[in-house]
Amino acid sequence: MLCDSCHERDAVVHLTQIENNSVTQVHLCERCAAERGVETTVAEPKHPLGDLLHAVQAQLATGEERGEACTFCGCTMADFRATGKWGCPHCYVTFEASLRGLLRRLHGSAQHVGERYQPPRSEATGRAAQLGELRDRLRRAIESEQFELAADLRDRIRVLE
Amino acid sequence: MIDLSLLPDGGVAWLDASGRHADVVLSTRVRLARNLEGFAFTGRARDGERLRVLAQVDAAVHEAPPLAGSLTVRVDQLPAIDRLLLHERHLVSKELAALGEAHPLHSGAAVVVGDRVSLMINEEDHLRLQAMSSGFALPETFARVREVERELGARLPFAFHPEFGFLTACPTNVGTGMRASVLIHLPGLVLTKEIGKVLAGLQQMGLTHRGLYGEGSEVVGNFFQISNQTTLGRSEEDLMDQLLRVVGHVVEREEEARRVLLRDAGYIIEDKLWRAFGTLRYARSLTFEEAMNFLSGVRLAVGLKLIRGLSVYTLNKLLIFSQAAHLAYAEGRPLSESETCQARARYVRHALETEAGSVG
Repeated sequence: MLCDSCHERDAVVHLTQIENNSVTQVHLCERCAAERGVETTVAEPKHPLGDLLHAVQAQLATGEERGEACTFCGCTMADFRATGKWGCPHCYVTFEASLRGLLRRLHGSAQHVGERYQPPRSEATGRAAQLGELRDRLRRAIESEQFELAADLRDRIRVLE
Repeated sequence: MIDLSLLPDGGVAWLDASGRHADVVLSTRVRLARNLEGFAFTGRARDGERLRVLAQVDAAVHEAPPLAGSLTVRVDQLPAIDRLLLHERHLVSKELAALGEAHPLHSGAAVVVGDRVSLMINEEDHLRLQAMSSGFALPETFARVREVERELGARLPFAFHPEFGFLTACPTNVGTGMRASVLIHLPGLVLTKEIGKVLAGLQQMGLTHRGLYGEGSEVVGNFFQISNQTTLGRSEEDLMDQLLRVVGHVVEREEEARRVLLRDAGYIIEDKLWRAFGTLRYARSLTFEEAMNFLSGVRLAVGLKLIRGLSVYTLNKLLIFSQAAHLAYAEGRPLSESETCQARARYVRHALETEAGSVG
């Protein structure tokens, strides 16, 4: 159905008006509706994370999380806002305080009650794995210009080497 | 092209229609998302990290008894047509197969195909374990994926937080990391226009619905995927129990709608469904949407026992094997769009001819 006003775009707003005791139906596209001052919610596409991202945005505005970056992967709140995804498991520790509120909004709870888990003791704690992990973190720290962290990581790599 | 005969059961044992309510519930799927400690999540990881994730997981897969005889396929080394083929079999997601512009092909992307379980590596999360079964079979499907998860978790350090549970790239999956879903065929509720109410009801129960291929996919052929929405704050058993109850109720509503249709509009429905059968049986060119919609009609007719001599298994196979990459695979060469539609009509015609010769 085309817009009654511009006859160009698809009508997405269907308005029922009562004037002088008669009912009329007007079908408008988003732009013409806005021009007539009809409020629509069409402009904001529904995204499963929409509410969550808004909440994050609101928090950013208060400055609570400004500038804080995950020391493991360099992910910031701004990165999360842009992608809807965290960078690594450590982000859950870095952003713990704000996460609780977000998880409650998403899941109605921030407390895991399912299966518990104990990771195995394995070579992941060995020197080679640790070195690999530190080198990855060093590269990421340099890329995200966290030079203090980079210097610290470089020292730790030297000790291990 | 990839040799699909190497996959255990071709990766599609769940098609065999052996499960409970198999004419309404095509399949049950349970997936668990897990990540390895010590690496950035896939989206933020570097190529080298993803390859090390793959190497670690692959080593653990070889030691895990439930995955004996499984096959690891390096998705990152496959041409696009083979990646589409695996996607059409529900073995890899659109993201892992890098189908569509929004999804880059990540190095280290792989899938392990075992006996009715599979494992995506370097998807949004390092590990996406999934088990699929025919029909409505939540507890046994969960048990199968849980067994694999335990074996791998004893060999690999999963990222786990005492308060937040299993950590995932997207906060919508954190906690149990579990998404349990059923693929359900609801033509009765669609035709009686009851479907809107049912879907709205699902939302209130903390469940969600999607199309045939999960997140972001369209509903075609009246197939809906119903799954749990939340993953945190409730145990795996709790989440499944609710899905079990609600889906059981939806199945009842669907059966009721079918009875109403037959009672109130018997000959109209019968005519509509036979026309669907006739089109599939004789058409010379079929688009995917057409095929899906007519197959939905024929599936309903078989469920209502209007059409006899045609098995649900055949209908399930038609759903998978009449897709573009499968047709190209069967023909042994890439097909243009019009060739695909012709090949699809040929395939469907042949299947109905050989397996339903005496239908009527």
